[in-house]
This record gives sequence, C-alpha cells and structure tokens, in this order.
Amino acid sequence: MPITERILGSRALAALTSPHGVDRYLEQINPMWAATEVRARIVDSTPEVDGVATLTLQPTNTWRGHRAGQYVQVGVELPGSDARRITRCFSISSAASLPGERFTITVRANKEAPAGRQSVSKFLVNDARPGQLLHLSQADGDFTLVESPATPTNSHLLMISGGSGITPVMSQIRTLLRDGYNGHANRKVTFLHYARSPEDQIFAAELAEIAEQDNGIDVHLRHGDNFFTAEELADLVPDYRDTDTWACGPAGLIRLVAEAYAESPRLRMEFFKISTGAIAGGSTEGDVSFTRSGRSASNTGASLLEQAEALGLKPDFGCRMGICFSCVSTKTEGTVRNILTGEESSLPDEDIRICVSAPVGDCALAI
Amino acid sequence: MTATISTSVKTEPVRRNVTVAASDPKNPRLTREQLDEFGVEMDVIRQRIIASLGEEDATYIRNIVKRQQQFEVAGRALFYLPPAWPLAVAALSISKILENMEIGHNVMHGQYDWLGDPKLNSRIYDWDNVCPGEQWKYSHNYIHHTYTNILGKDRDIGYGILRMDEDQKWNPYYLGNPLYAFLLMVGFEWGVAMHDLEADLILTGKKKWSETKPLHRGMLRKIGNQTLKDYLLFPALTGPFFLSTLAGNATANLVRNIWAFNIIFCGHFPAGVSTFTEKETEDESRGHWYYRQILGSANITGGKTFHILTGNLSHQIEHHLFPDLPARRYPEVAAEVRTICEKYGIAYNTGPLGKQLFSVARKICKLALPTRTSAAEPTGPVAVPNAA
Ligand code: FES
Repeated sequence: MPITERILGSRALAALTSPHGVDRYLEQINPMWAATEVRARIVDSTPEVDGVATLTLQPTNTWRGHRAGQYVQVGVELPGSDARRITRCFSISSAASLPGERFTITVRANKEAPAGRQSVSKFLVNDARPGQLLHLSQADGDFTLVESPATPTNSHLLMISGGSGITPVMSQIRTLLRDGYNGHANRKVTFLHYARSPEDQIFAAELAEIAEQDNGIDVHLRHGDNFFTAEELADLVPDYRDTDTWACGPAGLIRLVAEAYAESPRLRMEFFKISTGAIAGGSTEGDVSFTRSGRSASNTGASLLEQAEALGLKPDFGCRMGICFSCVSTKTEGTVRNILTGEESSLPDEDIRICVSAPVGDCALAI
Repeated sequence: MTATISTSVKTEPVRRNVTVAASDPKNPRLTREQLDEFGVEMDVIRQRIIASLGEEDATYIRNIVKRQQQFEVAGRALFYLPPAWPLAVAALSISKILENMEIGHNVMHGQYDWLGDPKLNSRIYDWDNVCPGEQWKYSHNYIHHTYTNILGKDRDIGYGILRMDEDQKWNPYYLGNPLYAFLLMVGFEWGVAMHDLEADLILTGKKKWSETKPLHRGMLRKIGNQTLKDYLLFPALTGPFFLSTLAGNATANLVRNIWAFNIIFCGHFPAGVSTFTEKETEDESRGHWYYRQILGSANITGGKTFHILTGNLSHQIEHHLFPDLPARRYPEVAAEVRTICEKYGIAYNTGPLGKQLFSVARKICKLALPTRTSAAEPTGPVAVPNAA
C-alpha cells in the first residue's frame, strides 16, 4: 500500500492533523493503525527457561523490518506504575524481518530490579498476555551481520555470547540458516556461549539441533564456572583476532573479550546495562561522567548542572530551579536524587532536569 | 526606575536586614524566617501532588485530547454544510481553545513529561498557534515563570506594547493603551509569536534587528504551517465553500485569541497584583519566590467547564506556584493555598471573570494617562526603605 503510506506520511496531512499528528486520529479508530509511530501487539508468549520468555510481536505496517543483531525499544505502561510509560531496549531474537513482518524478542526478567519496583522485563516475562499493546521504536543498532569489507563472503564468522546476550546472536544464526546457509561453501561459523547452568541455557533444544546438523556451525556451550579465557578461544579459533567476531553479553564478559582482541577492528561488541537499585546514602561518592564531551570528575554532591559547569561544560539551562525544563538531559546510567523532593531514581536512559538532580554514586549523563 | 538607583545603593544594607516585601506597600513584610516557613508549607503541597500523580491524570489529559479532537473533526466537517456555519465555528473555537489552553500550554510546561508519552512531552509537542513552541517555552516557562512580574525582566508585563504598571514610565505613546490592548487581544497569537522579537526594543534602538535573526526561521516555518492549514488546505478541501471555510477558520482563531487574551490578562493584571524590582528579588529564597508568585498572580472563580476552558489558568496563582504540575490539580489545592496565605496575611487575589475583566480594563485605561502621584505616596519599592 505505498500510495496510502505516501498520503499518510505527507506534509499536507501532517499540517491538517497538527498539532497531534495523523497517528493520534488513527489510533482512536484502531490502535494498530499508524502512519509514523510503531506499535505492536503481543501475539504469543512462550516461556524459555526460568525467568525468560520469547514474545512474538505483530508490528504495525510502519515497522521497517530489522537486520539480524539489532534491538528495538519497547515502551509499556506498567500496571501500578502510575501510568508512566517506561521504555527499554531488547534485542530481537528472530531472523531478520521485512517491513510489517512479525518478529520475536526474548526477554529475561531483571532479577536485580528491587522487589516492588516496576520493571519492563519482569512485566513482559511474567504478566504480559497476548493482545497486550506495546510502543516500539524502529529497529536500531550496528551489531549487525555485516562482514568487514576486507574479508570475502565465505569467511569464518565467530559469535561469543553470555546469558541473555544470546538473543541478537541467535537472530544472526537463524538468519544465516533461513537464508540458505549450509556451510558447504567452506564457510565456518563458530558459536561460543556462556550460561550460568544447563537449566539457564536459553534455546537449548534449537542449539542442540543446529549443532547436530551438517551446516558448518560449531556450537560450544559453557556452563557454570567455565569463564571466558583467551586461551580457550585460541584453541577453538587460533586466528580469532583476524576473524569477524560478534560478542554480546554482560559487561564482565565483554571486558574479557575486548582484552583478548586487543583493539582488533574485527570485534563488534554489545553489552547490556543493568539498572541497579538505589545506592544507599553516600551522595558524594562515585564519579560523574559526561559521555558526549568525554569529561568526568568525582562526584561533589552538587547538582549535575553545577558539576557540568565546574568542568567547563555549558549545558542549556533557564530557571535553575526545576520549573522550566530547559536543562533536561538524558541520564544514561546511575542514580540521581531530586534535590527538591528527595526522590531517587535509577532508571537507565531517563530524562532528568539536571538543575535539580544530584548524583548518588556513579552517574553518567549524555552531555 | 533608573533615577532611584543611587539611593538604593545607599540603603541596601538596611533593606536587606529588615524585611523583604513587594512593591505594593499594602502587602505584608515577612521576615526571612517567615518566608522560609511559608516556602516549606508550599513545598509540602507540591510534594503531595507529585506523590499522587498517576492514572487519573493520564486518563484526564488523554480524554481532553480526545474531546478536543472530536470538536475539531465536528467543526471542520460542518463547514461542508453552509447553514451550519455558526455551529462549525463554535465547535472549532472550542477545539482551539481547549488545545491552546488545557493541552498546549500545559503539556509544553512539561506537566505531563513524567508520563513518558512522546505525544504529551514538552520537548516534542508544538501547539496550534503561530508562535513556535520552542520560542514560547523560552520566554514563558523560563523568563515569565522565573522572573514573574519583575519589571525589566518579565516581558509579559504589557508584552512590550502596553503600560500595565505605574512603574513603567509614562510617555505620550501610552495614550493609545486601550487601542493597543484591543489590537493585542484580536491578534493575540501573533502578539505572542512576535513576543521574542522584542520589537519595542528594536524600535527604541536598544536591540538590533539582526539580533533576532536566529528566531526568523522557526517563526516563518510555524507561520507557514499554520497558514497552510487554516487558510489554504482546509478551505480547499471544502471546495466550493472555500471562502466560507476560510472565514470560519479565521473566526475560530479570533475567538480563541480573545478568550486567551482575557484569561491571561485576568491572571496578572487586575488591580492589587504586585510587581517587583530586580533589586528586591536578588538572592531570593525559595519561600520568597513562592511569595512573589502569589502576589504577582490573580485567580478567576467559576464552574468546572469554565476552569477547563481556561486550561485551569483560572487558578493562575496555583499555576505560578507549581507550573510544572498538571493544571487539573490546581483547583484541589486552591483552598489550602488560600488558607495558608491568610495565615501569613498574604493577599490572595480572586474574583469572578466580570470583576477581574473590569479591573483589568480600568487599569489599561488609567495607565494610558500619566500617573498622578503626590510626593507623600510611595512610588516604588526603593523609596520605601528610604522613608523608613
Ligand atoms: S534550568 Fe529550568 S528546569 Fe532546570
């Protein structure tokens, strides 16, 4: 329906439907109609292992599809979250999708989230039922299955993942297999995965099947105290530093992998942020980093605006008392306390008014 | 104003030690401690509202948006039925009023940012008005709400066109005060859009036209979009009724302008509302800031529908105390704010629309003429400590 889409996305229609935009009218009629926004309905929820579920999503026509390895932002108004929409990133686990096509995300419920605190992952795994509407972004991320131009297309591919970091890698392997890859072109794929225990192994049955088949994919699963070492990797893939590699997992694993690769451009990495509970007291502990400008300093306990200015940065500001929203910036990590209300919040990628927010412990700001 | 600077320097230490007060000598002079206490009481109310934000607020604003869209669709559609023209204009006017007041103004204040809904986010929403949201947020959310009624800082005092305070020096230009007010009312959205250009400063040579350059692109784009919508596309869509639709849209914009102007002017300019000098608001404490917000604003009494149509700005006092909290909460805390004000002897200016309008109109006419002050009557805040 390119014609309808062109009309729906046109400037004239945008002007006619301003200030709300076309989507505000369409969604009144049917929540699955959209011109620019992306929404999805959950059509299936399948438990994988304890605390992990795979959700199949039917997106609106506006979904542009995804490349293997990308993630999507999922926004949902959690019951009991005071109607606040909370948005989190999840890697897509199904093979690359075309526009409007269904895809899956595989989610692990965040156990670290303090009891009683709402959490998108907990909700998606435990409570979300088919029919639930989700707000999505378009797929995004560069952790995709593209080889470096230096290597021919039948080069060896290496995937290393840990825990639920398996999801984007799974999307890549599924895409390879679906699109006719069979390893007979002399191309090898090595897949090395770390899980806490066999019971925690996501996609175990499918992985066993993949390992069994004659497809050129070697699957190596490591459980328990079997941590990543460069030696072990060298045993599996002696020239790993010259092999296109995708690594995804918790920060600890990624650090070890990065060390082993020593700046090799062949390594692509992705790690996940975990929202930690509020750190008690100690408002002048930790470091404050301003990620865009690359500046950081130890936390003085003053407002983030003042700390940024002390480092010579010039963030936008107006009232400096929390009423005008001129200073809103994205806190990418850490906990902040609202100076006026004393309220603490630890959500990653949260928009905050930096003139009335002071860091509690480590904190990173996109300034 | 400038004439008093030399004396104010001399008397400054005295003034600081004694009390802080507004320009209006009728207002109570509270001590720093009293102001702090007062500020804490306001913060308690604020905290309570924040703690109870939730589902109801979300449902409320979404329902208002839905209602407004229904009025808009009805209005736009009725233009196809020429005999229903007055009905069409009425529906569209209500839609535009709801959109500018209860949705646009409040959403762009960041009152609903906590929802995490990009469609109700102050950084994204841009209202149905020729004034670009980006520029309005600067002059309104920051300048007007931070420096409320401080002469020389808050440009909403008379919008650089009118003489709305005795401390604005009179000159013969102000003989036209009532006429300018009328023109500003009729073209209010344009007045608001031109606000940031500070045309008065350009005319008097205090500012160069080239300094306004960064604003031009945004303004032209917004004006273009609004014109395209109301004066070209929608009329064109009604085919043979092009002209009547165009006239209808213009009328609805006019109705909205008149309504918004009157509500806003009743919020800050009835008799008894105070203005302040930069001097007396230096190093202001949080309590003092709250105190100034109350003295610089006035409420309008009325029924529920009326309050909604004003975007709850009929509770201008509460809005100035808590500009970033959902406006629908203002009525529920108004009584309490008023009681606290009484306790401290702070004037709480409120009255029915007719009374406030009359008071504003009188002020506009009175200030068209030079202020006749006898030497005994204090003319400004700085003179007060002198006399003491
Ligand atoms: S500077 Fe106004 S809210 Fe931060």
